[in-house]
Amino acid sequence: MQLNVKGITHRYGTTNVLEDVSFAVGDGEIVCIVGPSGCGKSTLLRIAGGLEKPNAGKVMVAGAPPEGSLNPITYIFQDFALLPWRTVEGNVSLALEDHRLGVERQRAVISDVLARTNLSDFARAYPRQLSGGMKQRVAIARALAVRPAIMLMDEPLSALDSQTRELLMDDLAALWHRERFSACYVTHNLAEAVRLGHRVVVLSRRPGRIREVVEIGIPLEERPERLAELESLQRRVWQVMREEAREADREIADVA
Amino acid sequence: MSHDVITKRADAVVGQVQAGEGARPVPFRGGGFTYRPLGPVAPVVFLLVVGLWEVGSRTGVISPIALPAPSEAVRALVDLIVTGTLWQHLGASLYRLSAGWAAGSLLGIAVGLAIGLFSLARAGLMPLVSALFPIPKIALLPLFIVWFGIGEGSKVATILFGAFFPTVIATVGGVDNVDRNLIRMGQSFGLSWLSIVRKIIVPGAMPSILSGFRISASIAIVLLVAAEMIGAQYGIGAYILTAGALFATDQLIAGVTLLSVLGLAIGWLIGRAERILLSWRS
Repeated sequence: MQLNVKGITHRYGTTNVLEDVSFAVGDGEIVCIVGPSGCGKSTLLRIAGGLEKPNAGKVMVAGAPPEGSLNPITYIFQDFALLPWRTVEGNVSLALEDHRLGVERQRAVISDVLARTNLSDFARAYPRQLSGGMKQRVAIARALAVRPAIMLMDEPLSALDSQTRELLMDDLAALWHRERFSACYVTHNLAEAVRLGHRVVVLSRRPGRIREVVEIGIPLEERPERLAELESLQRRVWQVMREEAREADREIADVA
Repeated sequence: MSHDVITKRADAVVGQVQAGEGARPVPFRGGGFTYRPLGPVAPVVFLLVVGLWEVGSRTGVISPIALPAPSEAVRALVDLIVTGTLWQHLGASLYRLSAGWAAGSLLGIAVGLAIGLFSLARAGLMPLVSALFPIPKIALLPLFIVWFGIGEGSKVATILFGAFFPTVIATVGGVDNVDRNLIRMGQSFGLSWLSIVRKIIVPGAMPSILSGFRISASIAIVLLVAAEMIGAQYGIGAYILTAGALFATDQLIAGVTLLSVLGLAIGWLIGRAERILLSWRS
């Protein structure tokens, strides 16, 4: 399934947040969106998944979702968004309950996704008992349970420490190999962007416009061995962003 | 190689410390501001107070008109139990309290959820709730007597209203405080409106609702006693009022003790409910 974002313009009150942003996410492609803080990355992602209405522009999907997809466009949130009163199992089941799969099917799906994310031993644990990395794995398991065609990831690794982040980056890359989902991945971490993105869209500071699109031709599976190339790509993206980030840093925040 | 370097450096640092002249320990400045559980202190203090009181009464330091000896109060309490009037009074009070509080809390949660979920309800009802909340409900008792009669109706209604408003306010506060991101997550997975309310908003508001219960329960006890003092034959409030009118201070103290036990029992029950319903928190 493909996602087409066309001419999104959005403002909160009198503050322009996004201005004429267009990009497309192809089948099985990961598009990373980077930009200085407060440039409207998260807003853009909320608009892309239909959680917020833009002032102008539209978001289209093309192609049929895969067989059995319950929620074609599925989010992964920075703060995990797990219900603290439900166990790991319960959190995954939340996404399934409204689809009335039947008790047996539902249980099978839950144990399948927990096994795929190595969480089987934690099925009965509550979120407060888990580390940040484990919590995000639960959120990933929950997303997998509904068989998404497009994943919208809002800084999924930003709340984690750098070691856990490395581990989860590998997990995500491995997951993409197996599932070949399309993804729109918002981050402010350039290392993540060049490690996971087929394309990196660089946004300017507020109001967010597309500054540059960097294609990364290296296949995902080869990237851990070609760190030097990634390094120079990352430096190139940083060159583009540097001034924007500096200016954004000096702005007074008045938008949530 | 690199290991050697690191080891050497560590040695060098240790060596420096040992070489320092006039070495002294860093003074300890932490600690304090936390409490240590001291198990037997509470019963000892309680027994000491009661014991001093008993001794004071026996020796005549405390006049029996001002305050009866604890043993007198216990005798009055035993008397209540033996004659069976305890159950008459306690039964009447418990009925009023449970009926009024339960109805008030259920209505309060319903109205609170409505205000929390629907803008129209919020705009229409919230000012009304804010205006009626600060009225001491006992002031409305004469009106309730006119409406619901001098019998049980007016007393239950007083307690109902007393429990209703704090519950509404606690529920609205709880709903407003539910993490918006959890609601957004529910929407992103295509959950129905009812599912979001049932599975995300109500459990999320539960801590606030339960702490509202603590407030509404203590208000309910105050109103219970007040209502029973105005027009009731049975009930702990009526018992205390009669005792006071007859200067039977031993019975008065016995009645007040019953109230204390009642309040403690309700607090314990709410604590249990919190532990069961909010077990995910700790």
